[in-house]
Amino acid sequence: MRIEILRRDRGSDVCYLQVFEYTPEDERETIASMLDHLNGQEELKDIEGNSARKITYKKSCLQKKCGACAMLANGRPALACASKLCDLEEPIRLEPFKKFPVVEDLCVDRSIMKENLRQMKAWFEDEALVSEKRNAVSYESSRCLQCGCCLEVCPNFMIGSSFFGMAGAMPFSRILNEMNKEELKEARKTYNTRVFEGCGKSLSCRDVCPAKIKIGDMLVNSNAIAVWKRYIKD
Amino acid sequence: MVNITGSGLAGLSAAITLARKGIHSNIISVQEAQRAQSIMAEGGINAALNTMGENDDVFKHYEDTLKGGAYLADPNAVEGLAKQAPQIVNELLKLGVPFEMEGKKIIQRNFGGQKNKRTAYVKSSTGKMLMSALIDEARKYEVRGLIKVYDHHKAAEVVIEDGTCKGLIMKDQYTNQFYKLEGPVILASGGLGGFFQGYTTGSSDNTGELSADCFMKGVKMANLEMIQYHPTTIDIIGKRMLVSEAARGEGGRFMTYKDGKEYYFMEEMYPKEKNLVTRDVASRAVTKILNDKECDGNVYLDMRHLDKKVFERKLSDMREEVLDYQGIDIAKQPFKISPGIHYFMGGFYVNEKHETNIENLYAAGECACQYHGANRLGGNSLLGAIYGGKKAAENFTEDLSGKCIELTDQEDADVSPLFSRQLTQILLSGLGIIRNEETIKEAIVKLDELDHDLNPKEHTKLILGKAMLRSALERKESRGAHYREDCPETLEEFHKTTVAAYDKDIDIRFEDIPERRSA
Ligand SMILES: Cc1cc2nc3c(=O)[nH]c(=O)nc-3n(C[C@H](O)[C@H](O)[C@H](O)COP(=O)(O)OP(=O)(O)OC[C@H]3O[C@@H](n4cnc5c(N)ncnc54)[C@H](O)[C@@H]3O)c2cc1C
Ligand code: SF4
Ligand code: SF4
Ligand code: FES
Repeated sequence: MRIEILRRDRGSDVCYLQVFEYTPEDERETIASMLDHLNGQEELKDIEGNSARKITYKKSCLQKKCGACAMLANGRPALACASKLCDLEEPIRLEPFKKFPVVEDLCVDRSIMKENLRQMKAWFEDEALVSEKRNAVSYESSRCLQCGCCLEVCPNFMIGSSFFGMAGAMPFSRILNEMNKEELKEARKTYNTRVFEGCGKSLSCRDVCPAKIKIGDMLVNSNAIAVWKRYIKD
Repeated sequence: MVNITGSGLAGLSAAITLARKGIHSNIISVQEAQRAQSIMAEGGINAALNTMGENDDVFKHYEDTLKGGAYLADPNAVEGLAKQAPQIVNELLKLGVPFEMEGKKIIQRNFGGQKNKRTAYVKSSTGKMLMSALIDEARKYEVRGLIKVYDHHKAAEVVIEDGTCKGLIMKDQYTNQFYKLEGPVILASGGLGGFFQGYTTGSSDNTGELSADCFMKGVKMANLEMIQYHPTTIDIIGKRMLVSEAARGEGGRFMTYKDGKEYYFMEEMYPKEKNLVTRDVASRAVTKILNDKECDGNVYLDMRHLDKKVFERKLSDMREEVLDYQGIDIAKQPFKISPGIHYFMGGFYVNEKHETNIENLYAAGECACQYHGANRLGGNSLLGAIYGGKKAAENFTEDLSGKCIELTDQEDADVSPLFSRQLTQILLSGLGIIRNEETIKEAIVKLDELDHDLNPKEHTKLILGKAMLRSALERKESRGAHYREDCPETLEEFHKTTVAAYDKDIDIRFEDIPERRSA
């Protein structure tokens, strides 16, 4: 298999493409297992036999639960540990996300997502309201991996823009869903400026979300609470 | 400043507890909290809420925990844990964790080794749900300046001078710059998964390197031989994937084929507990069947008979996962499982207050040895991590100052992949599900042979690995997760804590377990 990786050295502005030849063990192999196999070799060599630096990428769970390993695979945002090599067209091209500053190789700095949630005040001052009725939405929105795939494809998101995208909206859906009336006043405003007003509702984000979060449903619920001012009665 | 290494449940719980008292803390974590192993937990969290009309109570939780741990846990610590558990779950509810409910009542499920339905859960994503809620809560204090989070920073080593912890040295993994953070340290950096690379169900971030560094600097470790193999894992490339105990809790049955016929061996071997025997018992039984020539060499989990609603309501994530990674619909077909390493009962030797033997150094969560004795019950470690983080934080009553100092000529070596693989293979050979003196000794010899041309990080790791083997060697009995086929009995003389210490050489001793204070 021909694997092309867009690389960048730490602290450098220059990127370069490096090509590797790789034979998968079997059809279960993912991008992550391939990168680990390449990096696990005594000496890593590119397709021309030149020695190469180990490939930097982020990982943790290797089970598509933590969002660490998000990158572009053949131009599409994906989790490396959830992307089977056999499902990808050759040559497989791996690139870091383009909307975030690159740290090294496939590793980018996604701290903007945290910063935005801090700005949104995504927390409760008072007790959260939990009930059987509210739980489905809370569960769904709490599943967000903070992987950033949605931001990568969103036409309206940029670092520094007032629109925070779905990586902000999903965790915030739980907050809206469980917040008491008093606190909601400010949270509504936040949702309107940070999500509702900036979103073009094309839902490209939904198609790439690796957790398959029901983004549409979450937005409907949040809009009802924040924009149409409906209260959930337990 | 209190410095906390790790942003899993233990780390977050410690930081939030401190922040609520107005005490500042730093969280140093190799990745964001969303990546911590705690998000992977599936099955649930234990607390005697008694919502299922079974007359459950705190004492039964206490008893089950001690018994499950084959009486190696500190009874006073376990009592504290069981007593606080209902309050902890109620606090989680206030933070908005969407526990499975009927109206406003939390529903609880069965888990191995428990008399009653005592496990609160959210589908098969309990850890993720708990973490999402704690992350939101921690954010509040972050914005207020009470918690400072150093993501993408690795705690490279602790600074210990004259038996007191003076802080830690961390490395910014984005810039490779080192810093020293002054002040006391709460270790919450997770279990020792990195010693068994590729064979555990957990996160690759839990390298155990910080634990190894601490051990070499004189921090004592306990019960290192107690490694929990989970009976139901699936081998996916590069790691083991857990099939949560909820599968059995909801009625899943172990099965193999004997003479071409379905054989539900666990129900025959253990007619009382059947498929809900504790993990150690289940793992040994599965290993036996895997090696039994009369069976087909595989063990399966059979869930075909379960109600459709159970899959929808409680096991939807699990069903999808197995379909993804094994191509099997668990509602329609039995699927292959085998035991994999899942939890480390052993770790830093701490007392009830989560103090280590070094002043100003505390440990909580899976990196510490507390509550679980020789075998952890499912659902008790999420609880133990949250409670442990709290207890560790309770040692602080006033806000402390502490600087962050940039370091210039600090160095840090990487553990090579080859060394990691070798270490893993050796440790697996000595610390398998079924052990004996000979294989443990062989493994120690192999480790000694490996001990040349290593960089300091690798050497440190090797020493802690050897301490695990030595602990398993010295415990000449079988208890909980530690099964010695050459000494299959449980012996009163080993009703003690295995304590490993390092001072130029490894020293293993058996220390008394504290007496229970109240009755
Ligand atoms: C698949 C799976 C399912 C589970 N299911 C359950 C369950 O249903 N119920 C239950 O009770 N338990 C369960 N457990 C166990 C439970 O999840 C863990 O024991 C618990 O979450 C541990 O929490 P922790 O805070 O100690 O550590 P972790 O959550 O492992 O966090 C460790 C933290 O330390 C960081 N770290 C590591 N090294 C360093 C370093 N050198 N410097 C800085 N940071 C560092 C990591 O990045 C991470 O943030 C499960 C475990 C797994 C793997
Ligand atoms: S719907 Fe469109 S604009 Fe809105 S977050 Fe998704 S991709 Fe962005
Ligand atoms: S909404 Fe989906 S794509 Fe966006 S950060 Fe969350 S999990 Fe990732
Ligand atoms: S490593 Fe966790 S999602 Fe890929």
